Amino acid sequence: MSELPLKPRTQKSRKAATMAVAGGWGPGFIVKLILMALIDAIGIFGVIQAWRAGSTTILVVAIILLLVVNYVYFARRAIPGKYLVPGMVFLLIFQVYVMLYTAYVSITNYGDQHMGSKDAAITAIQSQHTAVAPDKDPYAIVVLQKGTDYYLATVVDGEAEYGTSDQPLEALDGATITDGKITAVDGYDIVKPDRDNWDTLQTLAVPLSDDASQGFLMTERNGTQAKVYLPTVRYDKAADTFTDTETGLVYHDGGKGQFVDDAGKKMPGSVGWRAVIGFANYKTIFADTKMMVPLLKVLVWTICFAFLSVATTFFLGLILALVFNSPRIKGQKIYRTLMILPYAFPGFMTALLWKAMLNRDYGVINKWIFFGAEIDWLGNPWLARLSIILVNLWLGYPYMFLVCTGSLQSIPSEMMESARVDGAPPLRQFRSITLPLLFIAVAPLLISSFAFNFNNFNLIFMLTGGGPLPGTGSDTKIPGATDILISEVYRLAGVDLGTPDYGLATALSILIFVLVGAIAAFSFRQTRKLEEMA
Amino acid sequence: MKRLVAVAVVALGLTAGLAACGGGDKSGSGGESTTSAEATEEATVSADDDNPAADPADADDGNPAAGSYDCSDASQIQGEITVWVDETRITALQPAADLFCAEQGVKVNLIQKVFDDLRKDFASQVAAGSGPDITVGANDWLGEFKTNGLVAPIDLSGVADQLSPAALGAFSSEGQAYGVPYGTENIALVRNNALISETKATTFDELIEEGKAVGQKYSVIIPMGDAGDAYHMYPIQSSFGAEVFETDAEGDYTDTLAMGGEAGHKFAEYLAKLGQEGVVKSTITGDILGQAFTAGEVPYVITGPWNTSTWVASGMDISVLPIPSAGGEPAAPFMGVQGFYLSAKAANAFDAETFLVDYLTRADVQLELYKLGGRMPANLEALADPSITDDPVAKGFAEAAGDAQVQPSIPAMNQVWSPWGLTEVAIADGKVTDPAAAWDEMITNIETAIAENAG
Repeated sequence: MSELPLKPRTQKSRKAATMAVAGGWGPGFIVKLILMALIDAIGIFGVIQAWRAGSTTILVVAIILLLVVNYVYFARRAIPGKYLVPGMVFLLIFQVYVMLYTAYVSITNYGDQHMGSKDAAITAIQSQHTAVAPDKDPYAIVVLQKGTDYYLATVVDGEAEYGTSDQPLEALDGATITDGKITAVDGYDIVKPDRDNWDTLQTLAVPLSDDASQGFLMTERNGTQAKVYLPTVRYDKAADTFTDTETGLVYHDGGKGQFVDDAGKKMPGSVGWRAVIGFANYKTIFADTKMMVPLLKVLVWTICFAFLSVATTFFLGLILALVFNSPRIKGQKIYRTLMILPYAFPGFMTALLWKAMLNRDYGVINKWIFFGAEIDWLGNPWLARLSIILVNLWLGYPYMFLVCTGSLQSIPSEMMESARVDGAPPLRQFRSITLPLLFIAVAPLLISSFAFNFNNFNLIFMLTGGGPLPGTGSDTKIPGATDILISEVYRLAGVDLGTPDYGLATALSILIFVLVGAIAAFSFRQTRKLEEMA
Repeated sequence: MKRLVAVAVVALGLTAGLAACGGGDKSGSGGESTTSAEATEEATVSADDDNPAADPADADDGNPAAGSYDCSDASQIQGEITVWVDETRITALQPAADLFCAEQGVKVNLIQKVFDDLRKDFASQVAAGSGPDITVGANDWLGEFKTNGLVAPIDLSGVADQLSPAALGAFSSEGQAYGVPYGTENIALVRNNALISETKATTFDELIEEGKAVGQKYSVIIPMGDAGDAYHMYPIQSSFGAEVFETDAEGDYTDTLAMGGEAGHKFAEYLAKLGQEGVVKSTITGDILGQAFTAGEVPYVITGPWNTSTWVASGMDISVLPIPSAGGEPAAPFMGVQGFYLSAKAANAFDAETFLVDYLTRADVQLELYKLGGRMPANLEALADPSITDDPVAKGFAEAAGDAQVQPSIPAMNQVWSPWGLTEVAIADGKVTDPAAAWDEMITNIETAIAENAG
């Protein structure tokens, strides 16, 4: 750690510093104490909640963060940390964690048929493969409880028998039988199913005998009757396999989130789970020409769209800013306010409005401006692209207008004056003084605007939905004419079809992230040159 | 040191405060921190309301003991369940929810969601271990829910004889029920009697001619929209004999498409013709259909009970008729069944199942849902209610159902809807020159998608 350069201290600041070192109770310290106490309270509350919910990761992270924050703000040495820690914490939670999680999902097959955990999948397979035995009468039963264990007890040939999931029905001692029903059992409580024990009772399946094919008993919600169920598959916990009770076929964990037979074929009626499948998703993207070729086309349009959006909005914004910066214009403020109105409405609402206005048959654009001509603004690929750019111009120019106005006003008037004195014509003044100075201030914003439009999902989704689709559009994975990468990712994710593939979609998102990151890094390097020039 | 103690004390105090605010977890059903005011209130309530903690007697009737609870008193609530519904059903379910709370002491949280979001939100949230206990939904979601293990089987054997077998079958798979059906729906031809009072047409072409003769803006409207609407087109398609899937010996759908070939080509050509006539267009959505019909701009529309109930309520004179055949065979619409699914990860499966099996299957509950949604009850007693049997609109829909086919709920259906609708848009809007070729392309694409997904 390098020492911070020490500035000469004033009398007052030296006094404050001594106070802090001495641990005084100045007003600053009290404010800090209250703030830290609040943060600690929220943190400890979070720790307690994480403990209750049993999520170890959050628990550990919360404790570490709490300790770090407290150390930084109460130790005297960690001065740079005091400035950096809040930002770092938020960066960790909202950026780094999200990125790592996305990267993790991209190496799994999370999606349709692979939604939950393996345990949940096994439970689901078992419950889906359990049918009521058609020719067997239900048993009259009681539910017994001893400590935290539950048992089903019934009367077979006048004798009380009981059992659990692991222990088939066997003789039960100490039962009182009245009218063929068990009314009391020594050492056990007769209980009713209720909302607290139901989860346990639903897993209580008592085999009728050692021969599992005889079926098993499961209590109904009233706790007095149990039907005989026959499993069509049997799960072997030790071997982690399912066996079909009719055919005897054995299905094992195929490593891809499904139970499969020896030939690798999926078990009929199987439920999958989320499994790590390595780089298979990335391989699909690069190896499958059916996916790669359309994606490259989409990439070209995405870059065109982002570039044109920035260019058009910037130039319109700049021209308007120049015009309204002139002191000769009256009512500057009113115009400026009107100018930023499109910026004040939520973007997705504006996009929806434009979608309605551009409707071929009912839209006002065709009706009023083109006298009822049936121009298919959003149905023709090139017109749709044009519409997207124009609507984005409407949405984006106020921002550029604001930014340009701001930086124009910050250009020192002496510079312009000296240029004028030197006899430079207005165009030369603009090109040699205004524009370079403007660019220094605006260039980083242009880059961020590019990155924003590169992923401008809202506009595309709300205005065209990526369409028009090529041909009949019946291949749901092929992108439409206005699909940008992120909207194509959404299409491939298949959420709307009910067959989502989050693994593939996140793999694509990671690629987009790398791409945008590279473009931004390159552009920032270029702007540095710009600064040097000036 | 002193400072550390100060920080610790303040932090602990605040934590305690926060914990008290957020302490709404499900661990205790009453809670031990009854304040004196609550305690007295409870005492007075139990004094004049004999014993709210009803004894668990008479278990032989199969139902858990029904007590009587005052649901406005938080201390009497024993538990709660969460049910997702859309805006069209939330009002109709409130009486059932109140009754359940009064009899079982379990609060039903009805959460209103947009119908289109129900399916994907249920899928993603239940998979993550959260989500509601119960959601309302259509029978064709079953395939996705079941293959992902999102819904739990329900034992409906006790109430099966009260429900329509077709509706029950639509929510069952391989002999197990996965949902409680409450209403069946199908589309029909709806006529605005103010424009035309008699329909002589026996074919769809004649119907278009009749509609044209009325001289309004449109002759007949079938809704479509940007993404297509294969559901509303299906009666036309099935009248050409192009059924969506093949069925096996037991009448269950298989994964094999049956809408290709000659029959499919004929339908595709006819669809192109309908597009030229202006009967179907991607710009005509369900909303535009509604506006045009209420404004008297169209004599005939193809729509379902969700629209007619509002039209009748607003005082329009309408008739509901079977859809005339376009291709020679009967125009069979899909029969959709609406019902309630039980989440496989329900936080309170016990009460949720009680609500589903013992309350939502009841005739009065289903009749209430019929009154507000117009869907035919699945409960047979409710179906025989005079308010339905004497209703001409309901009768019209029942007749139009004719030999309606149950909307497939197999997982492969997911691969069909979107390409199907989009292809119909391309054909109707005249974007493709050869409708039959476009139809073949669609069949190939759907078959590939089904094969990929099954693998």
